[in-house]
Amino acid sequence: MRIRVNGETFDAAVHPGTLLVDWLRDGLGLTGTHVGCTTSQCGACHVMVDGEVVKSCTILVGQCDGADVTTIEGLGTPEALHPMQEAFRTAHGLQCGFCTPGMVMAGIAIARTHGAHVSDETIRHELEGNLCRCTGYQNIVAAIRLGARAMAEAGLIPAAENA
Amino acid sequence: MPAFQYLRPASLTEAIGAFRGDAAYLAGGHTLIPAMKTGLRAVERLIDLSAIPDLSGIERRGDRMVVGAMVRHAAVAHSPLVQATIPGLARLAAGIGDPQVRRRGTLGGSLANNDPAADYPAAALALDATIETDRGTHLADDFFQGMFATALAEGELIRAVAFRIPQAFAYAKFRHPASRYALAGVAVARFGEGPRVAVTGVAAGVFRWTEAERAIAAGALASLGPLERDDLIGDLHASAEYRAHLARVMLERALEELVR
Repeated sequence: MRIRVNGETFDAAVHPGTLLVDWLRDGLGLTGTHVGCTTSQCGACHVMVDGEVVKSCTILVGQCDGADVTTIEGLGTPEALHPMQEAFRTAHGLQCGFCTPGMVMAGIAIARTHGAHVSDETIRHELEGNLCRCTGYQNIVAAIRLGARAMAEAGLIPAAENA
Repeated sequence: MPAFQYLRPASLTEAIGAFRGDAAYLAGGHTLIPAMKTGLRAVERLIDLSAIPDLSGIERRGDRMVVGAMVRHAAVAHSPLVQATIPGLARLAAGIGDPQVRRRGTLGGSLANNDPAADYPAAALALDATIETDRGTHLADDFFQGMFATALAEGELIRAVAFRIPQAFAYAKFRHPASRYALAGVAVARFGEGPRVAVTGVAAGVFRWTEAERAIAAGALASLGPLERDDLIGDLHASAEYRAHLARVMLERALEELVR
């Protein structure tokens, strides 16, 4: 199995029935992707597979053969954060930080799907698959609102009005 | 998870040929993989269907909307063809699970699993669907056989689902706030010969509420009595009585949407 992770191609020498999150964390040491619930509910394990944000605890490595995976480590660098990461810092969209990698991934998916001017109502609706045990949702919503606009300014999504 | 063999065949023939022993087909995996992780389900051979091209696609075929078994919920929700032809079905798909579930979960997987609180079985039953498999065709009226039970034989594989295009269709559900499954979901389809009403979440399996169909056809909804069945579900989330009440409320909400 050949899988690209954060731009680098790996020969995944693991059983194809391994959960993607386990290979990312234990095999590649990419521990930014978190395991919260293991029951497919909390969203801490969200990663992108071929650009689509999915639960890495509910997808097998075999299902990702030939795919392009992006984890939180692949979004930006400490010196040049992804606009959505920067927005989480600016808006203080985290408390303990455990859910944050998944929230940032969800935020990017929301911005790509709903555009730069996504409403708070839509953000809340689209965050149904992400749980924050600190219940810091106000600032998470604010961060995604800010991040969506910043992604448009950075040319990552169209700047035009979108539903 | 206990060890299992993982296969990813590139054709339908190969997939069907690989099904032997304690095997399972893997569609979106958003029920099966969690069940395997918690030990509720163990398989020796897991046959991933995602590389088979024949199971995707959405097309209109005469008076039917045909959706491939591996079509994801998000694809149905966003399909211009579904939105234009059966908009209520697109809305139903947009309300399944959460966004990440909708990017992976599939129509065929949902019907084959037949969770008693799932949304798609209600749509298939109300929309008089036919379920096309590698061995033939099942009518929705015969397909759903109670909790997690269907007419599928061992190893039989769903290829596509052909929904009959109605004059109007609406689905209303009262969602469990954490799981987003239906505590009560009611699908109503209007056809020339009369309405079809399917209910999910309240009993051991999806069923047609024939008393409601007759009352709607007669324009006498006020005369419809309370939902009575001997297999209503009562659990820590909602009593059987409350679910029956919710079914009535969801029926009225679906009907309101139908006339809009």
